[in-house]
Amino acid sequence: MNALRLALRQLRYVNKAFWRNPPAAFFTFAFPLMFLVIFTSLLGHGTVQLGSRSINVSTYYVASMGSFSLISACFTNLALSISFQRDTDILKRLDATPLTRAAYFTSRVLHALFVSILLVVITAAFGAAFYHASVPSGITLVRFLTMLLVGAASFSALGVAATIAVPNANAGPAVVNAMVLPLLFLSGIFIPLGNNAPTWIVWVARIFPIRHFALGMQSGFAGTSFQWSDVLVVGLWGLGALVVAARYFRFEPRR
Amino acid sequence: MTTPTQSASSSTEVAIRVSGLEKSYGSVHAVRGLDLEVHRGEIFAILGPNGAGKTTTIEILEGYRQRDRGSVEVLGIDPGRQRQQLKARVGIVPQQASSDPFLTVEETLQMYAGYYPHPKGIDELLTVVGLQEKRTSRVQRLSGGQQRRLDVAIALVGDPELLFLDEPTTGFDPSARHEAWGVVKSLARLGKTVILTTHYMDEAQNLADRVAVVAGGRVVALGTPDTLGARDVATAEIRFRLGEGPRPPEGLDGETDASGYVHLSSLDVTQTLYDLTRWSLETGVELEGLQVLRPTLEDAYLHLIADVEEMA
Repeated sequence: MNALRLALRQLRYVNKAFWRNPPAAFFTFAFPLMFLVIFTSLLGHGTVQLGSRSINVSTYYVASMGSFSLISACFTNLALSISFQRDTDILKRLDATPLTRAAYFTSRVLHALFVSILLVVITAAFGAAFYHASVPSGITLVRFLTMLLVGAASFSALGVAATIAVPNANAGPAVVNAMVLPLLFLSGIFIPLGNNAPTWIVWVARIFPIRHFALGMQSGFAGTSFQWSDVLVVGLWGLGALVVAARYFRFEPRR
Repeated sequence: MTTPTQSASSSTEVAIRVSGLEKSYGSVHAVRGLDLEVHRGEIFAILGPNGAGKTTTIEILEGYRQRDRGSVEVLGIDPGRQRQQLKARVGIVPQQASSDPFLTVEETLQMYAGYYPHPKGIDELLTVVGLQEKRTSRVQRLSGGQQRRLDVAIALVGDPELLFLDEPTTGFDPSARHEAWGVVKSLARLGKTVILTTHYMDEAQNLADRVAVVAGGRVVALGTPDTLGARDVATAEIRFRLGEGPRPPEGLDGETDASGYVHLSSLDVTQTLYDLTRWSLETGVELEGLQVLRPTLEDAYLHLIADVEEMA
């Protein structure tokens, strides 16, 4: 209880610092909407064949960009911001105070979740207003929210684990993007994986969590089928990341 | 540095006790059998060249590193085993300024205050470090000296009994350094124990009650800044320039350098000065710019370090 109170208190300061770094906050919010407009303008007049169903390209991108924005907020943002805090000795200093590590991480993950929800809501509202995308409701909404929460937790854990591979804060953006960008493409976030996608790409997409997460989000917006196995794969990746982070995460810069 | 009443009442208590401390990183023996005792309420400086084991020792005391061997007690607690208990009672000013650039001074202090059971008031902290006018400024807009003072304020926010200051004034201009020294002295007046590492001899001279010189992973000398390396009883140098007239007699004529100064070594300064000035008055030869030079803390330090390096 006390830990939660500490975490919520810490959350206030995490949030303040987030909004006071306008470039970071701006791009976190602007990128998904910008990509949504660009992709639908370029490719948005037809339908895309997903299994036996065909859905509007614009609906597809509303779902995709919803997924993309959560991954940005939880994975990319958290990995970059925590690497920065580690490299500027902020983490080392926090580690010398009675603030527990659990409270610190809870505050960071809650904040990432909060930003993700904001982003998904904005993307969905934007999609509904301009692209006639449907907004999930009823049982679909429950499944959708489950995937969203499991996804936020897992991609946050992956983001924390990713800092282990970041040698210093300057290299952060390059390293983190090198991890996530290729997988975003190979998982059909930017360009739909149609029925004719090469086998190796399909396999890459099956192994990593992004595709599974995106499929769960898609079922909310496009009414495609929802598989609990997708939630399971995303959750397992999150658990794996948690184990790795618990073992190897460091509060001090690598010097 | 401490007021007499405080040092009398608390100097018998021990804040830090280290014995036989050892720590290696791979094949590098950073600390090799270090012993140390710091009393409550004193300002204790640790001097030493880079790589001497200063930082490793301090970080073991702070709980950041685990020791390989030896015993360590900080405020009666083993920092290697009960670090969480120690955290609320110790303040650390790290070598590098490290607080979130996007929060204001006030927000930063409020944030840290929330971590401690008995935090100090923000107003009081700002007064101690002289940052009242920067209260609502973002950390990223503070000057280097101001950020350092904020670091001190953060270290004080939990009202610690013991403070670690790691090279607190490196990179300061002279006036900022004197301000910082004022802050450290005021901490001692509040009864805090202060452990200070520094590269600056004048800093140790000005602030410390006692100084330990660490080299090769051990304490090689310990004393007050005035007695370190026995410099209070070491050979003094007498220096002067001769006016018109005859040279001083044997034993008082020393060596004359290129700029015309006569240098004279003496183990008994009172006697030598007496002989010299009597000779001067009798002969009427003036002793221009007469000075007595004692080895400085820096001389003593360099001498000690050189001894250790010779042994290695």
